[in-house]
Amino acid sequence: MILNNKINKIKDYVLIKNGNIYDPFININDISDILIKNNKIIKVEKNIKSNSSYLIIDASNKIVTNGFVDLHAHFREPGYEYKENLKSGSKSAFFGGFTRVCCMPNTKPVLDSPEMINFINNKSKDLPVYIYPIGSITKNQDGKEMSEIGEMVNAGIVAISDDGIPVKNSQILRMALEYSKKFNIPVINHAEDGFLVNDGIINEGKTSLKLGLPGNPSISESTMVFRDLSIAEYVSGKIHIPHISTAKSIEIVKLFKDKGVDLTCEITPHHLCLTDEILLDYNTNSKVAPPIRSKEEQKVLLNAVKSGLIDCIATDHAPHSIDEKETDICNAACGMIGMETAFSLVFSTLKKEKMSINSIIDLFSLNPSKIIGISPNPIKQDNEPEINIIDLDKQWVLSENHIQSKSLNTPLIGKKLTGKIEYTLNKGFISKHID
Amino acid sequence: MKSKHLIGLETTPKDDISEFIDTGFLFREILERPIKRVPSLTGKNIVNLFFENSTRTKISFELAEKRLSADITNFSSSSSSVKKGESLKDTIQNIHAMKIDCVVMRHPVPGSAIQLTNYVDSVIVNAGDGTHEHPTQALLDMMSLKEHFGNIKGLKIGIVGDILHSRVALSNIFGLVKLGAKVKVCGPPHLIQKGIEELNVGVEYNVDNLIEWADAINILRIQRERMGVGIIPSVREYRRFFGITTERMKNHKKEIVVMHPGPINRGVEIDSSIADSNQAIILNQVLNGVAVRMSVLYLLLGNNDLK
Repeated sequence: MILNNKINKIKDYVLIKNGNIYDPFININDISDILIKNNKIIKVEKNIKSNSSYLIIDASNKIVTNGFVDLHAHFREPGYEYKENLKSGSKSAFFGGFTRVCCMPNTKPVLDSPEMINFINNKSKDLPVYIYPIGSITKNQDGKEMSEIGEMVNAGIVAISDDGIPVKNSQILRMALEYSKKFNIPVINHAEDGFLVNDGIINEGKTSLKLGLPGNPSISESTMVFRDLSIAEYVSGKIHIPHISTAKSIEIVKLFKDKGVDLTCEITPHHLCLTDEILLDYNTNSKVAPPIRSKEEQKVLLNAVKSGLIDCIATDHAPHSIDEKETDICNAACGMIGMETAFSLVFSTLKKEKMSINSIIDLFSLNPSKIIGISPNPIKQDNEPEINIIDLDKQWVLSENHIQSKSLNTPLIGKKLTGKIEYTLNKGFISKHID
Repeated sequence: MKSKHLIGLETTPKDDISEFIDTGFLFREILERPIKRVPSLTGKNIVNLFFENSTRTKISFELAEKRLSADITNFSSSSSSVKKGESLKDTIQNIHAMKIDCVVMRHPVPGSAIQLTNYVDSVIVNAGDGTHEHPTQALLDMMSLKEHFGNIKGLKIGIVGDILHSRVALSNIFGLVKLGAKVKVCGPPHLIQKGIEELNVGVEYNVDNLIEWADAINILRIQRERMGVGIIPSVREYRRFFGITTERMKNHKKEIVVMHPGPINRGVEIDSSIADSNQAIILNQVLNGVAVRMSVLYLLLGNNDLK
């Protein structure tokens, strides 16, 4: 029934044997078997008897855990389907172990009305992952008038954000942070002061100096993080910082977390695991916003993940077509894809940092779930299976074959990674991902 | 010679830099002859691709190519089509198809020369890529210094002006530091890259101190379009603090060598009386530019013996 690289319907019986089950939602951390019948978990026990008609998955020495939650993805539908659509993005997510994905509103038209949210909901019904739209803070993301936030919450949004366009007008941000309290959803603001970015292409530092490229300084982010958190504190709002990237921002986050501000933050796999030296060959696939920072900043980010100051990983999966990337570095689009590589890249890096596997997994499931107040199905009787089976010892080299996204814009092709999501089960679907 | 291309002096080995300069003197000697042409690159075709306006560099390369007997094609494109971002890739493919031996390229985007090497077999010579490098300018500057002083190691060189936006400054820094010179940069602090000390150069905000310290100063052209738009407050203020003016130079007893990559804004970054004085070697730089570009093309392209 299971073919490599295909998403199949779960039929009849599936038996997952001897896996080390880790489910932080219901505090299970034990070796056990899972028996699934017609897409329902019927038993979680040791030594479940197998039957020749069962599909048996040997999970010995592997981790069996919940599906992952991604707070930050771009599936480009509607409007930019040539880069990605909900279907291809979902397949990409599924192969990276993500079963619940938040989609950013920078589509065309922008996700700024309940009608647009319903459009996404209708398109997402039959996909192998659950889609949670994020609505725009302002109409058409133009930073001027608030969108129909309440109507969109009723339609199913879990957060608001103007995505890559920072809310420059501080009063608009204040209103959004105040108004959204009624709906208990976080406001996500891309923190970058455009004046300080000053057309910077990569992180300002030794690498930009050598490459002669205009630098984007770390203060372009941290100054706006400070503004945003000051406003959030003042109005007791709920705020989430996307793709945090600098040491100074971490310092500010600590300050405001210590004060008790309702504040969370995410980091992308590339900001956490790569440094700006990856741009020494001017590879446009490494051009992202905010830019990937220096080695020194990376050390601070790694420590912030370990200490819990950074709450979770989010991919900022940002597909772009070949034409948008195969150009010179100044004209190339910002962003990289990240679904299929997120877990492996982060695991490869954090394993060296001696972080426990359970804490690493929490960054992908428990922690992001809390931020938007959802939960993947816990691994227990009567629930639908929403499960990843992970081989932590697997060494593999990323190739184009592993990528299910419509786009291939990642600098990681050819890179060796450790740990791999081997199987994912969700919404009645199952896949054994390509080796 | 290890180099296959000349992209920038940061990535060019020290020995190759020396060889480019030393061979430049051989060609300089040829340029002094009544017949200034050698057959070294007969049958080689070179394309001069200029995506950005240039008069001097383009003429200098053309002259160097002609004196080496190469076949030349010139291509200039408006910067507006570059802004669309299509030109570079299309250009790459066109060059690839035309089987060109060598491409001399100027492009407004940093890194475009190195990107070109990923796609074509031709020898690539960077004639300036945005704010990244302008390696032949630095080679001619160093050749001129060597001509004047006999050696580069141990020389104290000041570079004055808008360092941040200058590919000339960056290439000079990489080259001079590799050959053992001491380098200080001087200019308005916000027009000097933060952390430039990491490239083993000193920073001086007082141009009079720089003049007292230096054996030679290289004065960068100040783009008039940067004046009075909030980046440099005014010509008058720039001149007061950083201009190599007649009055300023009168106050310094020490006679230092004055260089300028051109084109000169007389009365802005340098006064005519200095630019035209004996201490200026600006016209030697121009002649050495042709010679060192002949050297670069010959060493990267030629298999013939130099005759």
